[in-house]
Amino acid sequence: MYQYTEFDKSFVRSRASQFRDQLERWQDGRLSEDAFRPLRLQNGWYVQRHAPMLRVAVPYGELSSAQLRMLARIAREYDNPDPEVYRAASEAQRKLGTERLPTHCAHFTTRTNVQFNWIPLDKSADVMDLLATVDMHGIQTSGNCIRNISCDERAGVAPDEVADPRPFAEIMRQWTTLHPEFAFLPRKFKIAITGASEDRAATAWHDVGLQLVRNDSGELGFRVSAGGGMGRTPVIATLMREFLPWRHIMNYIEAIVRVYNRYGRRDNKYKARIKILMKAEGQRYIDDVDEEFRQIVEHDGAPHLISQTELDRVSASFVPPALNAPLTTFDDIDPDAHPLFARWLQRNVARHKDPALRIVTLSFKRLLQAPGDASADQLDIVANLADRFSAGEARVTHTQNVVLPWVRANELFALWQAAREAGLASANVQLLTDMIACPGGDFCALANARSLPIAQAITERYEDLDELDDIGEIDLHISGCINSCGHHHSGHIGVLGVDKDGREWYQLTLGGSDGSAASGTAQPGKVIGPSFSAAEVPDVIEAILTTYRDTRERHERFIDTVRRVGLEPFKAAAHAARTNDEETA
Amino acid sequence: MNDIRRMRILAHQDRDADTNERVAILANDDDPRSLKDRFAEIDRIELHFPHFTDGRAYSQAYLLRRRLGFEGDLRATGDVLIDQLVQMERTGFSSAVLKEGVDITDAERQFARFAGYYQGDLASN
Repeated sequence: MYQYTEFDKSFVRSRASQFRDQLERWQDGRLSEDAFRPLRLQNGWYVQRHAPMLRVAVPYGELSSAQLRMLARIAREYDNPDPEVYRAASEAQRKLGTERLPTHCAHFTTRTNVQFNWIPLDKSADVMDLLATVDMHGIQTSGNCIRNISCDERAGVAPDEVADPRPFAEIMRQWTTLHPEFAFLPRKFKIAITGASEDRAATAWHDVGLQLVRNDSGELGFRVSAGGGMGRTPVIATLMREFLPWRHIMNYIEAIVRVYNRYGRRDNKYKARIKILMKAEGQRYIDDVDEEFRQIVEHDGAPHLISQTELDRVSASFVPPALNAPLTTFDDIDPDAHPLFARWLQRNVARHKDPALRIVTLSFKRLLQAPGDASADQLDIVANLADRFSAGEARVTHTQNVVLPWVRANELFALWQAAREAGLASANVQLLTDMIACPGGDFCALANARSLPIAQAITERYEDLDELDDIGEIDLHISGCINSCGHHHSGHIGVLGVDKDGREWYQLTLGGSDGSAASGTAQPGKVIGPSFSAAEVPDVIEAILTTYRDTRERHERFIDTVRRVGLEPFKAAAHAARTNDEETA
Repeated sequence: MNDIRRMRILAHQDRDADTNERVAILANDDDPRSLKDRFAEIDRIELHFPHFTDGRAYSQAYLLRRRLGFEGDLRATGDVLIDQLVQMERTGFSSAVLKEGVDITDAERQFARFAGYYQGDLASN
């Protein structure tokens, strides 16, 4: 992991003290609500449906065990609503049907950050001080600025990697942090980076998507795309450069962002993302960026050229840990004697670039807890597992799980037993119940409908591992509103919460893709008809899955069947599963 | 390093203090290049913030200073609040007129807070 220098540490502490200053001025009325809002947002502090929400940045998804323990402490001591706040929240949610709102926990997001739902604003500065002690913060996790950079969860350990993207992600983190020119862009700006041939970071869905590649001469560079995004207008990123030499990546991103800052729309927040500017301008935007890049290089003197020395300095933080991995690559446990372990090996354990090691996914998709939710105790357990089995390091994944990247092959059985005890060993990675879901209408002020009851209903209905295995790999993505935090556009099955006459309805889409090899070229799913009620959704999903199982050819995955036979059979099955047609929205 | 404030901050009532200067005003959707040929006859360029969350003038400031080489006074006007002054200085502004009712007292310590930044700033060049 990147080792913070004294400069980095002091910077984070200064940011915490700056936030305390701003909070105090807001509290005593010297700073207006309007002036304070963007400042707190750019430190990760939202005000949500019932309480404030804190989003903590996890740069490119990497967490140390010390950081996990601090997140556990914050969950335990601070994710604790005032009794009156909690009573009012519970009462409001009970009317919608929610039995219990979880507290004292953290939530992993699709952009690999960590959120807390109940920390009172008057404790916010204390929490930022605590985070700073483990080099953490909420810098630019919200607001119309360049957000935390997300990355491949298998960066530096994947066998299919061209180069480790983390040193570049770290250099970009530094360059984007408190960039004075780009703190008030037209809208938020998200960058994702991968160094592998498989896209595990949904790069095509980002404002800027970067993939490390080698050209014909073997030189390293970036394939640069821009203008992807979800929301009301789902757009797949446009290729800007097939090959950009790595040294120039910051100069080129500066050009992309500067042209966007000058010309992006500011009159309508739904048309303010870079994707809209690029749609409107087409080739002219690309030409403008090329010209701005040329000026940055030729006139300004390429001020952000990355030197080999700087890359080497940052890369030195990312050397593989010394693990003394044994030569044997096999566990002496016979998987056939432990069928549950065998399933877990198959689903949750992936190959590593070091043949003696494995990449293990701890599943945060299980009964009784929302997708991506981790209790304070579970965070401590992950910290312990990371220390015992993974050189003290864990990664938050794009799909709201946690990966241990440095596990010795001969310790898998011990890890499985420990993870199972903690309820983190569901053998469901990439299966139906390994779904993505936003916090939805139970927490979020923007949501039109709740996401978590849908997630829970599907989890309850599909507990049988044989059935899940038979359905096979499938991406179910659930968003509580069109802001698309649950990435419904990219789900093979997407569920979108909509509000009609004050009631919760759900629109279903089929055939979306995040751009991974198994899902095919990134694309938004297509709506399969009028919305369904919450009660209908699990039946409709079951009907869709039954149609798939009846229609598939041997070993054909769900997404491939949808592409082969088209939407019609699925539409018909979904429609037949409606319980009350007159009431559909 | 940014531990010394270089930027001149004017309270709203002092906004007309420099009456003898030759001033050009640039709206935030104007192209800074439109002024390039007139730099010799301009003492000050004013960039306007219609709202403090509209960040176009930061890019204009960068372009005027670094790309076009303007060396006169570059002034922020409009919705200028103290929490944005440091980033104004960092993108090349040399003066700012605070919005009416904004107290300068809390501004000073914002300039001393960070020992340095990750980007090469125009203010430290």
